[in-house]
Amino acid sequence: MSLLEIKNLHVKVDNHEILKGIDLKVNAGEVHSIMGPNGSGKSTLAQVLARRETYAVTSGEISYNGKDLLAMKPEEAACEGIFMAFQYPVEIPGISNAYLLRSALNAIHKYRGLDEIDAMDFLPLFREKLKLLDMDEKLMNRSVNEGFSGGEKKRNEILQMAVLEPKLAILDETDSGLDIDALRIVAQGVEAMRNPERAIVVVTHYQRLLNYIVPDFVHVLLDGRIVRSGGSELALELEEKGYGSMEAEARDAAPA
Amino acid sequence: MITATQQLDNYLEGFSEFEKLAPGHALPWLRRLRQDAFARFCEVGFPTTDDEDWRFTNVSAIAQTPFQLARNGRARLSQQELEPYRIAGVACQLVFVNGRFARELSLLGNLPDGVKVSTLAGEISGNPGAIEPHLGRYLDIRRDAFCALNAAFVEDGAFVHIPRGTLVEEPICLLFVSTADAAPSMSHPRNLIVAEEDSQATFVEHYVSLDGGGAAFCNTVTELVAGDHTVLSHYMIEREHKQAFNISTLRIQQGRSANIVSHSVLLGGALVRNNVHPVLAGEGGECLINGLFIGNDHQHLDNYMLVEHASPRCGSRQFYNGILDGQAHGVFHGRIIVHKDAQRTDAKQTNRNLLLSDDAQIDTKPQLEIYADDVKCTHGATIGQIEGDALFYLRSRGIDEVSARKLLLFAFASECLDRMKQGSVRKHVKGLINECLLQLAKAPDASIGNRREDTGRNWEEIG
Repeated sequence: MSLLEIKNLHVKVDNHEILKGIDLKVNAGEVHSIMGPNGSGKSTLAQVLARRETYAVTSGEISYNGKDLLAMKPEEAACEGIFMAFQYPVEIPGISNAYLLRSALNAIHKYRGLDEIDAMDFLPLFREKLKLLDMDEKLMNRSVNEGFSGGEKKRNEILQMAVLEPKLAILDETDSGLDIDALRIVAQGVEAMRNPERAIVVVTHYQRLLNYIVPDFVHVLLDGRIVRSGGSELALELEEKGYGSMEAEARDAAPA
Repeated sequence: MITATQQLDNYLEGFSEFEKLAPGHALPWLRRLRQDAFARFCEVGFPTTDDEDWRFTNVSAIAQTPFQLARNGRARLSQQELEPYRIAGVACQLVFVNGRFARELSLLGNLPDGVKVSTLAGEISGNPGAIEPHLGRYLDIRRDAFCALNAAFVEDGAFVHIPRGTLVEEPICLLFVSTADAAPSMSHPRNLIVAEEDSQATFVEHYVSLDGGGAAFCNTVTELVAGDHTVLSHYMIEREHKQAFNISTLRIQQGRSANIVSHSVLLGGALVRNNVHPVLAGEGGECLINGLFIGNDHQHLDNYMLVEHASPRCGSRQFYNGILDGQAHGVFHGRIIVHKDAQRTDAKQTNRNLLLSDDAQIDTKPQLEIYADDVKCTHGATIGQIEGDALFYLRSRGIDEVSARKLLLFAFASECLDRMKQGSVRKHVKGLINECLLQLAKAPDASIGNRREDTGRNWEEIG
């Protein structure tokens, strides 16, 4: 049984069909990359997996870990082990990073019937992950993402992922806007989390991040459909030829 | 429908009886103070919404209710009943029941030498010389009919005197309890706080109601005289039940380089009007006015600020946050007057609001009157909802919807809470806010965050 199985997923936003029948299987231990140009529906797919309710699923199904993902609220999906790193991490004045992380971790623990973690036990766990992402401990007492640079925000997403240890991690354009050093740190953070129990879905526009996180599978998303799937070499082909050629192929393949 | 004359008749009867028997009725100056004030009240009557200062607040419910002065024979309260309203770690706690001092319920702790905490009624009877130089000297009864009404019925309340150079570390707490019985009753507590130069202290005025029966009208005035170089904090906590009317005025007279902070926390009451009126009379004074109001159901919470810059090089800051749900109506009226000689004034005003329902309403109004030419005045206001993006972000991390909403509300309220520096009062207020916000977070308004996303408004100007 796959960890994630998407069948014929159709999604509308503001009455406009964005995803037009997605089929995808992701097994534990695999890293998949979903690539596509702007507007192809990549982020919509990521948001639906994180259970954003403003996206209306009109047909299709998603099974996650044997359960019906579409019946879950965002917090249930999170507690079941899904984590999405946001393309645009939200600034939340008045709530510190440390407080958010501890609240999140304890919410997940509670859901799974585990003991709560108090502030003292939390600290060492925290410090270790901060080191992994080369982040200053001071950032943890600051409000969530408030006044953070673009790179700091993205690193903060990966930090949260490292602390929450999801079964299925979805990175929504985590590479966009990162300079090469930040990209390397973020990629190292993700690579460190790669293991046989965890699946990672990397949603990206460019191939650059995939130099550091080499995917097992690459899927090309165009106009709401996966038009090609292959190994990591597909990302290189895309880099070389661009999405244009694939768009043309997709048009040719479509019935007239 | 009760006519305006009938409304006043009720007070006329009450006043003529009160005046004959009230403590200090034989003191000519006090007699004159009461009579002048009552004459002024009769002359102007209750304000209407035609009055610019009362444009957003209709007090006809107060005017039309035949309130009687609360009787002496008050309900017997036990220490136990007051337990939830005690603030741990205070220097002393004076309890007033329906405006009158209740010695048996009060806790008179250890105060530094020379600090006097007593009652106005006590001073009027035993030592009127201590209050005569200050009582009614700062309050302008011509500005506000409710202030005139309070002065007409001036009788009891707290009297605090802090001698020069004295530091009172723990808060001096005044607890006002309304115990309305079947008949609508009113009280007019009057506090006089005189802090001599170079002294430091914290005061808490705390309004609560017990019984929860009939309508109660509490019309209170505090005159706070802040000598040169004083550092004083004042907290006002309103948490009466939802049939209560509360009009309160804090009139602060600031001396040279005095540093004063006023915190207001409005959580309870049906109709609440909180006037904060500092006059920065001495050079180099600083004033921070911090407020949080949280309303639900049909509550009406009106915050009226009048900050008068009367001397050069003074700074004032106003920060008010409001959270409104149900059909609650909030008002922020921030008036700043910079007098001709008050050069180098630095005044700032910010009002931020969260509306949690379609029927909640906020009126926010800045009013700057500047007669000096070298000043910096800024003001800004925002009105918005809980952000859908922030709510989703928290939920996507595993935090359930009610908790996420409460976290966001609490974060918004924390801006005000964080400005409260006195630990024991902040802790108490934090508990109250938590309780209050949990109720709002639970409210089954599923549309939050998806509704009216584009109707957030804000404005900011620099003058």
